[in-house]
Amino acid sequence: MIAALILSALVLSVAMTIVAYMTWLERKVAARFQNRIGPYHVGAPHGWLQPLADIMKLIVKEDITPRAADRVLFNLGPVLVVVPALLGFAFIPIGPGLAVANHAYSFPFFLALASLTLLGVFAAGWSSNNKYALLSALRLVALVASYEIPMILALLVPAVLSGSLSLSGIVEAQRGLWFAATPVIGQLSLLLFLVCALAEGNKSPLDLLEAESELVAAYNVEYSGIKFALFYAGEYAHTLAMCTLAATVFFGGYLGPAFLPGFVWLLLKSVVLFVGVLWIRWSLMRVRIDQALRLNWLVLFPVALVNVFLAAFWAAGR
Amino acid sequence: MGVQAVSVSVVEREFGELALNMGPQHPSTHGVLRLVLHLSGETVLRAKPAIGYLHRGVEKLSEHLAYDQLAPVYERNDYLSPTSNSLAYCIAVERLGSIEVPRRGRFVRAFVAEWQRIASHLVWLGTLGLDLGGALGGGTTLYMYCFREREKILDFLETLTGTRFHTNVNMIGGCRYDLDAELSARSDRLATEIEGALPELHAMSGGTSIFQERTRGVGVISPDLALSVGVTGPTLRGSGIAHDVRRAVPYDAYDELKVEVPTRTAGDAEARYLVRMDEIRASIALVRAITAGLPPGAIFSRKPIKNPKATKLPAGEVYAAVESPRGELGIHLVSEGGPRPHRLKIRGPSFANLQVVEHLLPGGLVADVVAILGSLDPVMGDVDR
Repeated sequence: MIAALILSALVLSVAMTIVAYMTWLERKVAARFQNRIGPYHVGAPHGWLQPLADIMKLIVKEDITPRAADRVLFNLGPVLVVVPALLGFAFIPIGPGLAVANHAYSFPFFLALASLTLLGVFAAGWSSNNKYALLSALRLVALVASYEIPMILALLVPAVLSGSLSLSGIVEAQRGLWFAATPVIGQLSLLLFLVCALAEGNKSPLDLLEAESELVAAYNVEYSGIKFALFYAGEYAHTLAMCTLAATVFFGGYLGPAFLPGFVWLLLKSVVLFVGVLWIRWSLMRVRIDQALRLNWLVLFPVALVNVFLAAFWAAGR
Repeated sequence: MGVQAVSVSVVEREFGELALNMGPQHPSTHGVLRLVLHLSGETVLRAKPAIGYLHRGVEKLSEHLAYDQLAPVYERNDYLSPTSNSLAYCIAVERLGSIEVPRRGRFVRAFVAEWQRIASHLVWLGTLGLDLGGALGGGTTLYMYCFREREKILDFLETLTGTRFHTNVNMIGGCRYDLDAELSARSDRLATEIEGALPELHAMSGGTSIFQERTRGVGVISPDLALSVGVTGPTLRGSGIAHDVRRAVPYDAYDELKVEVPTRTAGDAEARYLVRMDEIRASIALVRAITAGLPPGAIFSRKPIKNPKATKLPAGEVYAAVESPRGELGIHLVSEGGPRPHRLKIRGPSFANLQVVEHLLPGGLVADVVAILGSLDPVMGDVDR
């Protein structure tokens, strides 16, 4: 009991710190893509204290609730975004048999939690009583909800290949070969997952929820101060959770040569994937909502469906 | 109870029609343009531009300043191509007052105007990137790359004129700063550099499939519509009409230069993009031609100006137009004699080009609104004056 508490506190604090530093990493990486330097002056080498300064600033800023907003939902929104995104880390195995919640069905649990964050975004978009926020909430329903389907189909593939619904089981099944290296099926489902994760994580080219050139700041347009910070934290936690999940189910999670402990391998793989996401994000422009939906229903969904069947045949034939 | 409040005030007529006030404070309205959009879902039913948020009364101010004091004021109108504004004004005054401009002065004025056209088009491409890609995405990357190239041009103009942007190069009767051999050589090197960067910029914007899907067939201006509304510049040439003031009514050195006028026939946002990219190349060719064939002589035909009020024009009326990066920029000047204009009217190309928005937006999505606006390249300082 106490060990579980300590472990969860440890995972939570480490996850929060990493999330905070992901903002720094993103700003640095984006700056390098754009011929800039990025944060530099807060904290001696390369502005390493910048995330702390950002958090401090957002905490002391005025917290505004618009008069016409639905107070309950408006205040619940950021919490609904952050909590599930962070809870997801509880199911990620950080070593052989080592996770805060090592459940036999941890994989579906994780996915259910990841989807819950969308509820918070919708609550925010609806309750703000702002037309831009409302349009963003409508896009959420149309777009992100439909991208869930190919994403879950793509993630079924590792489950089918390993014959397990627990994340630990999936990692252990990759001792011989990462699922990302499974010919065709593995790469296809990894690709599908990454595309869908861009839509879920609200990253360009599929960042239609927060299309600030169209919808200003979209669902968080009325938020300020710490609630805005929570949205930001939630978004990064969600993206990091998705990267960690991809590292776990496609790239062997904590598995790696023994000179580094398992959780370091997991972290390294996640960060590499995160930088990959940034690379896409800071290179491509945004697609339009109808184009995004067409891509989903006419390409991703059928391909994902076929891919699951192929994976099933592959697993049965082994 | 709060939910009740939302459904009454936000969702007008049970999702039937949503009136969205886009601007004047909005990241993609290129300043302070306000668009009142009537939406059904995300589809635009009607759109009405509302302007006037940047009105500074420049035309009225013109009636109170002397002729020689006015050129720098106009440089603030279309703030992405300051030279075009003062050039149109100087030409108007020179025509009315029959003031001679030395040949070399005409060439140098055209030289600066062409460099600013390139700089202006680079800003346009960068901001179109922001419109299509957003501030948190690939759009910003394109923006930074465009501004990196533009910065070189501004540095060069600073060396030439002492000012990065509002160069104040045009004066009634000539220009203020002269090109020397070293600067000409530097201009040629810069031209090669910018030319070399264009394929990279194209690969980041027009060469990507996402950009093509966002702009192809979006905001189609038919030649008839373009002519009836009074669209000019690259926007008109994107609809297949090869009209360019530099060739139709040559001013300054353009009668001696070979001005290439690129056109496209599609009339959509992509056509306007391609025309502007070709125009950058055409302007590079022009600045090369100018440095190669720069005539010797003076650049300013008048004595140094001690008292601005000493410059007087005869009574009369004149209209002079130049091809600014956005289209035909005209100055209509009425003089009743004396040291000040009696009345002065500016024909801003962005103002006329913006009239087409009402016809283009209906039927498109909210995302198309920003793509269309970005492809028209309006500068609000030029619209409102």
